[in-house]
Amino acid sequence: MKQTGTELVKRGMAEMQKGGVIMDVINAEQAKIAEAAGAVAVMALERVPSDIRKAGGVARMADPRIVEEVMGAVSIPVMAKARIGHIVEARILEAMGVDYIDESEVLTPADEEYHLLKSDYTVPFVCGCRDLGEAARRIGEGASMLRTKGEPGTGNIVEAVRHIRKVNAQVRKVVGMTEDELMTEAKLLGAPFELLREIKRLGRLPVVNFAAGGVATPADAALMMELGADGVFVGSGIFKSENPEKFARAIVEATTHYKDYKLIAEISKELGVPMKGIDIAQLGQNERMQERGW
Amino acid sequence: MKRIGVLALQGAVREHVQMLKDLGCEAIQVKSKQDLVKLDALVLPGGESTTMRKLLDRFDLLKPIRELAQQGLPMFGTCAGLILLANHLVDDEPHLAVMDVVVARNSYGRQVDSFEIKLDIPKIGVDIPAVFIRAPHIEAVGKNVEILAHHEGKIILAQDGHLLGCSFHPELTPDTRILEYFVSSMV
Repeated sequence: MKQTGTELVKRGMAEMQKGGVIMDVINAEQAKIAEAAGAVAVMALERVPSDIRKAGGVARMADPRIVEEVMGAVSIPVMAKARIGHIVEARILEAMGVDYIDESEVLTPADEEYHLLKSDYTVPFVCGCRDLGEAARRIGEGASMLRTKGEPGTGNIVEAVRHIRKVNAQVRKVVGMTEDELMTEAKLLGAPFELLREIKRLGRLPVVNFAAGGVATPADAALMMELGADGVFVGSGIFKSENPEKFARAIVEATTHYKDYKLIAEISKELGVPMKGIDIAQLGQNERMQERGW
Repeated sequence: MKRIGVLALQGAVREHVQMLKDLGCEAIQVKSKQDLVKLDALVLPGGESTTMRKLLDRFDLLKPIRELAQQGLPMFGTCAGLILLANHLVDDEPHLAVMDVVVARNSYGRQVDSFEIKLDIPKIGVDIPAVFIRAPHIEAVGKNVEILAHHEGKIILAQDGHLLGCSFHPELTPDTRILEYFVSSMV
């Protein structure tokens, strides 16, 4: 019997993206640049995160016209963002045939208590996390892919490093624990017990985990891979740089060959100016997108 | 021990490497030309074919892999790997162009249409799980190509001499029978 939307089909889609770069785009032209550079998927948005910061106000799902335009422009998968807990935005994107939905802290949350029950949908979801508890709660709700949050739209890698290190250190801890220690760890992390057992059994998270939120250079992307990310999301880092074509291509190459430092040196030459970054300490508490999610 | 390469530019590399090891093979991750030496076979995994093609070009792998295929090195392509092997693509220029098949990409629709089924493949076994993700299918085959499996009237697994290609992802399930067929009867 033919079954759609199964856990295997949804998680499998993310497995196929491993080792790749997913790029934020706001129109068909940018989507084509991303595809030509070798992106494994694009994220269709109305504004990239750094512009969302500047614009202020409420950030919502993109105009469906933009998502449709991007879907029509490329043959690689197209993702789009829905607000945390916004059931209808997610259903709209699913109905449009988007390949993956990001229930994203980059947009203003629609629900400050509950996330979407993602297991209810045929379309797969990716969600942000800063630690294993958050990662496990999102998987428990049905996320088929994770990305560490970092701090979106800053061009500053420091939070992305913090989050990928934290998640992976906590995974290693769980893997090294004895079976009888897992329930207390589940309680401390706020993580479903059965998921910790699965992580211990597999020796890793049961879904793909990309890094996001601050990647601005090929070396940043390679650093994320070095720290154990399965792939990289680049938001503002490409189309807010001086030369998007070159940055996009170089970030893709550095992600594949993240241990080939001579090659990364070569492709990093004369790339032009990367996006201007923000010191995290200068962000107010309410400007920190990573705090969104529960 | 058979030395089998897995093209490791992007995609389901880990799964193929693990499955090859489980079958008692040595698995070599192929990222550049020097990794192609002394292989007994090469697996082209699932992933994004567009991305893989760009990286094959940029790291000078397209021609060496094509030549190895022409010299008779056994190759197994799953999903994106099948697209790379095909002589003709319905809506695009071919990539390695070594297997005598015509392949249509994304022929089942978008991700919401992706699915899993159980397949009976006369030459290999019954009830084999098959996961189709934004999958291609084989629209036509040359006269020397053996069709190994169909689903809903579409060709989804075929063998052209030393080349094996399938639409779906055997690497995503614990069932090793298709890879075993490749390793034991083609390599």
